[in-house]
Amino acid sequence: MDESEIKSGNPRINGWYELFSRGARDWLRHNDKVREAVREHLPEIIAGADIVGGGSRTVRVPVRMLEHYHFRLRKPEQREGVGQGAAKPGDVLAKPSQEEGSGKGPGGRDEGSIEFVLEFKVDDIVDWLWEEMRLPNLKARVGKSEESDWTREGWDRKGARSRLDRRRSLRESIKRRSMQEDSPAFTDDDLRFRQLTRREQPTIQAVVFLLMDVSGSMSERDRQLAKSFFFWAVQGLRRQYRHLDTVFVAHTTEAWEFNEEEFFQVSGSGGTVASSGFVKVRELIGSRFSPARYNVYLFYASDGDNYSADRAQAETELQSLAELANYCGYLEVSSASQRQLSTETGGLFKALADAGKPVGSFALNRVEDIWEAVRHFFQHQASES
Amino acid sequence: MTKNDWREFLPRMERLATSAGLTYNPVEFEEVPNSFMMEISVYGLPVRMPHWSFGVRYIYQLVQHRMGHSRLFEVVFPGNPGHAYLANSNSVAENILVAAHVLGHADFSRNNMLFRRSREQVGDNIVEQAANHARQIGRAIEEHSLERVEAVLDAALALEQHVDVNQRLQRDRYPEYLPPKASVSDDTFRTRFAALEDASDARNPALPARQRAPVPPRPEGDLLWFIANYAPELEGWERDIFLAVREESFYFHPVFATQIMNEGWASYWHARLLREADFLPQQAYVDAIKCHSDVVRPLASGERIALTINPYHLGFSLWESIVEKDGLDAAREILQQDDDFSFVRNQLTWERAQKLELFRYRAEASGQVKVVEPDLNSLHEALLEPKYNFGAPSIAARHIRIDGTLELEHDHKVDGRGLDVERSKKVIEYLQRVWRRPVIMKTIDEHGAELEFTVPMAPVAA
Repeated sequence: MDESEIKSGNPRINGWYELFSRGARDWLRHNDKVREAVREHLPEIIAGADIVGGGSRTVRVPVRMLEHYHFRLRKPEQREGVGQGAAKPGDVLAKPSQEEGSGKGPGGRDEGSIEFVLEFKVDDIVDWLWEEMRLPNLKARVGKSEESDWTREGWDRKGARSRLDRRRSLRESIKRRSMQEDSPAFTDDDLRFRQLTRREQPTIQAVVFLLMDVSGSMSERDRQLAKSFFFWAVQGLRRQYRHLDTVFVAHTTEAWEFNEEEFFQVSGSGGTVASSGFVKVRELIGSRFSPARYNVYLFYASDGDNYSADRAQAETELQSLAELANYCGYLEVSSASQRQLSTETGGLFKALADAGKPVGSFALNRVEDIWEAVRHFFQHQASES
Repeated sequence: MTKNDWREFLPRMERLATSAGLTYNPVEFEEVPNSFMMEISVYGLPVRMPHWSFGVRYIYQLVQHRMGHSRLFEVVFPGNPGHAYLANSNSVAENILVAAHVLGHADFSRNNMLFRRSREQVGDNIVEQAANHARQIGRAIEEHSLERVEAVLDAALALEQHVDVNQRLQRDRYPEYLPPKASVSDDTFRTRFAALEDASDARNPALPARQRAPVPPRPEGDLLWFIANYAPELEGWERDIFLAVREESFYFHPVFATQIMNEGWASYWHARLLREADFLPQQAYVDAIKCHSDVVRPLASGERIALTINPYHLGFSLWESIVEKDGLDAAREILQQDDDFSFVRNQLTWERAQKLELFRYRAEASGQVKVVEPDLNSLHEALLEPKYNFGAPSIAARHIRIDGTLELEHDHKVDGRGLDVERSKKVIEYLQRVWRRPVIMKTIDEHGAELEFTVPMAPVAA
């Protein structure tokens, strides 16, 4: 069931009335509480949510209704009841249910069994998370001469008429009127004005390369992990750069550029030659994203298996990439958690990191850790200088 | 017939009711949209304090309603005058029936003992009082923030059923000191000993120090009252919220405790008044009677067996049989004195149970439901089990420790089994936010062993 569906219910007769009703008011308050609860567990919940498909800007999170708890007796093993109708002693009126231990007797299901879906704006989530995790913005290398610009940030009760946010003000008014009956449609307290602040903006653009190993050894699950990580990493960068180009490259023994949708569908087979991907990225940088004008970021996701014959070439290519890029992140997605970066590819990145290049690595084994990964790279990059 | 024609029949219906012996306070009828009916049934009162849990119930009700499972014809609030709300989707015939039904309710609530007691305490204007509570809580939200008020309501509404209606609504605090011990000083030796000059000072002070009474002096089941009065740092406005919830509970109690009798009585009277209302057009009568049989029926259409009892039908059948056997005066006497407990135990005889085809069943946790050998006593108990103690476990405040910790105890002997621990812990979380000291609960676990639990105190919000 959908929140919006309930609100718009039966508009012919009572739609307007329901919008201002006490029941709807308390229901919206309930939803706010659910949102708060969801927000607290956002990283875990979001990790599992299906966000990437279709490039939608909202996330739909299935939630349960909150229960207002009361003291109750323990559920009895056995309950006696009175029924009415044509039944005689010995009749079996209901068979044990198939689901083992479902424990639901006759007389209806438990409360709290209705699930509904709340929608969250991806932008809001990213803002919350960055605030909550106190994640730094990535450091820009090119374009030290940052220009400051006015951007919108938050709301205030005072401000110039031209910056009145009508939508927001109406919302305040509705909120207030749902509490106080018989009050005027608008008061000065309801008005909300957009605030402007001066924010440093890098003058130039940024590009992020999302490079993924799609060779036969990368399972569907591995790709899913990489996909979720990429999604949030890109959101984080978008938060910082007004113009962020994203380039999607997949490789097996060869490498190809894809558009976003195709990229996440791709699955390949055969062996892994990481250098092919690095070469492709370098070529693209050379032809379209000159490091003189672009801040270049690279995130590479792989299970870490690479032909050892490719080692020397991969090493050279990666090294030259590291020269061009602000930061290179290596995400090792693998269900074999015990390896922890001690793989062929892991070794390449480690060598670079030891040599003081701006690269970082993270081994991601579970969806729950996606946020750890995001945090790791963003903090790590910020501490590099 | 036009939509409002039922009102034309109202005066004649009322005359008929009065001549049949019904006595009731005047009732004001009002037709309202279905959505409003739904809210009344969710909140229990037309205007009531805001709380998110009502929002949850509202959605359930809305879903049920959409699926066509429930239809509300009327809601009545006793008072002087009483208020009756009718759904504006009712047909004329339905409204005629509903009006007669409402008169039955009005007669019941004016004459039944529990309602009378509750009215003595709560007064005649619960609808207005509840609206006042809602306003008062609205002000508290403005003054102290929604979050703080909500925390108080979370706790107070969770304890809604934990009141003691045998006490007065305006109840005094416990006496602070124990009554002085019965004087033993009237034997001659003590009198003479006390008269000794130097001894009287040292060993036998003239006034023995008064002894503080323990709080509570005996287990206290009225948790709303107890917390309102004895929570160590409760603020005035928080106390007011607890007492507002308690007042509404005093109002709800008779509605809850006489549901079978009350719905049965109203159904008996709408059926009887309709039969005797020779002024009704034939068609309206037929339609109304059809509506009657839809509401007052034991089984859903097409079903042969129901695992729940329709209180309308049970009460209706019992009243019909009582009036038939013992006459209206005897029935009125029962109405005045009984609640559902005595009503079911005294009036649901074996013959009546058989005639109603009541059966007893046993439902296992596995989902199996089996009909078992009936006996009257266990039929009564199974019917009444959900009604004990306002439908809540018997929990009492036992003791306040020196550090302010509140000890609650669940009377598992009365209830037959222990508490649902996970839910109880959540309630204790609510309580600790208003008690502001630890709250612990004693009950038994699934093996019958004693169990004591609490939850960590939440960090105090600034």
